Amino acid sequence: MGIRTLVGMLVAALAVIGLLATQTSYSLFLPGLLEGAVLTIEIAILGSLLAVVMGVLAALARLYGPAPVRWLATVYVEIFRGTSALVQLFWLFFVLPQFGILMDAFSVAVLALGLNVGAYGSEVVRGAILAVAPGQWEASIALNMSRAQMLRRIILPQAFIAMIPPWGNLFIELLKSTALVSLITLTDLAFKAQQMNQSTLKTVPIFTLVLLIYLVMSLVITIGMRFLEQRASAGLSRGRAA
Amino acid sequence: MWDWSFTFEILPTLASAAIITVEATLIGFVIAALLGLVLALVRIAIPWTAWPISVLVELIRSTPLLIQIFFLYFVFPKFGVVLDAFTAGVIAIGLHYAAYCSEVYRAGFDNIPRGQWEASIALNLPQWATFRDIIIPQVIPPIVPALGNYLVALFKETPLLSAIAVLELMQTAKIIGSDTFRYTEPMTLVGLFFLVMSLVSAAIIRVLERLLNRRTSR
Amino acid sequence: MTDKPMVRFDNVSKRYGALTVLDGLSLDIARGEKVSIIGPSGSGKTTVLRMLMTLETINDGVIWVEGEPLTHMEKGGKLVPANLAHIRRVRAKIGMVFQSFNLFPHMSAMANCIEAPMTVLGMKRADAEARAAELLDMVGLSEKKDHYPSQLSGGQQQRVAIARALAMRPKVMLFDEVTSALDPELVGEVLQVIRQIGREHDLTMLMVTHQMGFAKEFSDRVCFFYQGKICEQGPPGELFGAPKNERTRQFLRAVLEAG
Repeated sequence: MGIRTLVGMLVAALAVIGLLATQTSYSLFLPGLLEGAVLTIEIAILGSLLAVVMGVLAALARLYGPAPVRWLATVYVEIFRGTSALVQLFWLFFVLPQFGILMDAFSVAVLALGLNVGAYGSEVVRGAILAVAPGQWEASIALNMSRAQMLRRIILPQAFIAMIPPWGNLFIELLKSTALVSLITLTDLAFKAQQMNQSTLKTVPIFTLVLLIYLVMSLVITIGMRFLEQRASAGLSRGRAA
Repeated sequence: MWDWSFTFEILPTLASAAIITVEATLIGFVIAALLGLVLALVRIAIPWTAWPISVLVELIRSTPLLIQIFFLYFVFPKFGVVLDAFTAGVIAIGLHYAAYCSEVYRAGFDNIPRGQWEASIALNLPQWATFRDIIIPQVIPPIVPALGNYLVALFKETPLLSAIAVLELMQTAKIIGSDTFRYTEPMTLVGLFFLVMSLVSAAIIRVLERLLNRRTSR
Repeated sequence: MTDKPMVRFDNVSKRYGALTVLDGLSLDIARGEKVSIIGPSGSGKTTVLRMLMTLETINDGVIWVEGEPLTHMEKGGKLVPANLAHIRRVRAKIGMVFQSFNLFPHMSAMANCIEAPMTVLGMKRADAEARAAELLDMVGLSEKKDHYPSQLSGGQQQRVAIARALAMRPKVMLFDEVTSALDPELVGEVLQVIRQIGREHDLTMLMVTHQMGFAKEFSDRVCFFYQGKICEQGPPGELFGAPKNERTRQFLRAVLEAG
């Protein structure tokens, strides 16, 4: 889908929300839902930051770390990819206190989602680094660069561009996963929706608005990532890496 | 820290809950695989449906499954259809993954060379025979691994059903925890169950992939 | 004895947006006639075959097969665009062999040849297999009947494709550059089969080809296409020996130099 189509869909979704807002049956839910959406966005942003950090660290650990570090990173990735976000969220929420570790629900949410998406992210980073053309490594070695210099100046910048679309998908997955935090009593968009639904039973207006709001957030991420990709590859030759 | 006798006590309860989880997975996947195929076929056979279907697929893929589960669970009664949580939840999961599966089928169909369709026209084969004998048998083998991956993904998302109180593994673990105030054992066992199943399935899918590749080439 | 043409293109045009691929083509092909179509790429020659096989729609004109309209049907004394049932009925008389063979890769040679006779003509398996065995024998591949396309050479695959098309007993056979995708040493065996079926069956044949030697020796008539129109046509001796049109001469010179 081209950027224009995506922006078109975004505008259409916003227009529909605006239209529905003029109906009283819909507009009385909007403020509460938007309040929840703010929390959703906060968790999504912080979770994404953690995911990127974990993803890069784990990838570098698996590619270049000494054996124990490599092993640790592999265990992390396998565990967090082999179980679902909800299982991880509940485990951290219910089990950590049993070991005396007390965290507020918000921190647990960011931690769980960040670690979860970070595990998938590490595969993306690893793949992108390995996909950089061998000639680049060879040229860097011929120029006597150190491993750190090579990575920082030559490899990672090129890998970065290839990573953008898959990370975009992961960020959207993280956004969708934020709905799970409603199950550990965080008052995000999903929580607000359920709360309002329980008290008014006006399922259709509430959930229509909720789905539209998630759609809008999802499109914003996708469009943002497209722009990022365009800007990042502006200096390079046309076409993505291999 | 870890109470082994407690672990063995709760194992039977968790085991029977695991059966519910597996049931939900299998029924959900059958819905997803079949409905996904129907969606893909309709897109091809009736061209004007391509756009509405792709919008629907985008909508389903861009919004959380949890919300879709809540929506279906609460919306059905409004139309006079009363379903228990298990049924509503499994249908929601099935619909959600049908959207993903339909994209897998779509890519599979796109990979069939145009010449196959043209040869069928040249032989004057009717549409239904073209699909049944020529196209679908060529579409299915290459996409089995991708479908397998969605089966595993679906399986890992069944704990979402705990949100509407379906007595699958996660819900059962939570109940054990709230009853006994010991969460460590049940939660960890649930986690281990999913982890082991996930690793085993990944290995099975890899084997399947290799077998299928051997069959289609020389 | 009828002098109705087997195939008639009646002022047929085909456009892709602003590009006109075929411009008011009028061409009659008699029953049992063997016609070769030659010309540079982009001249519209493949499109002629594809329109006749209903793989492409036409923008203007009518295509007739054995006195009946193919692309249109008679309704209340007028010609209206045909529906699918009508098209399927008329195109049953036409068969096609493709440049890229288009064999069904998940079926053996035998299965490829019995699929349409069983599904479309309703033949019983035993009868369809008997006919297929005969045809595979005729193209020299009876020992390969249980082989899959991936186990056959290009020339063998193309011969199976010919048998598959013949199994439907078409009255008109279309050959779309059927040797262009073959290694040079395999071209001969396919041309030999075409020669054979041309001799033994009363088939009307329309061939787009780059094999000038074959076209010269085998065809009753050669049509040279240029930019969507027939630039020149005639018996091969005339067209190859003494082309009247400068463009024909240029094309033949270029082809002979390359070959």
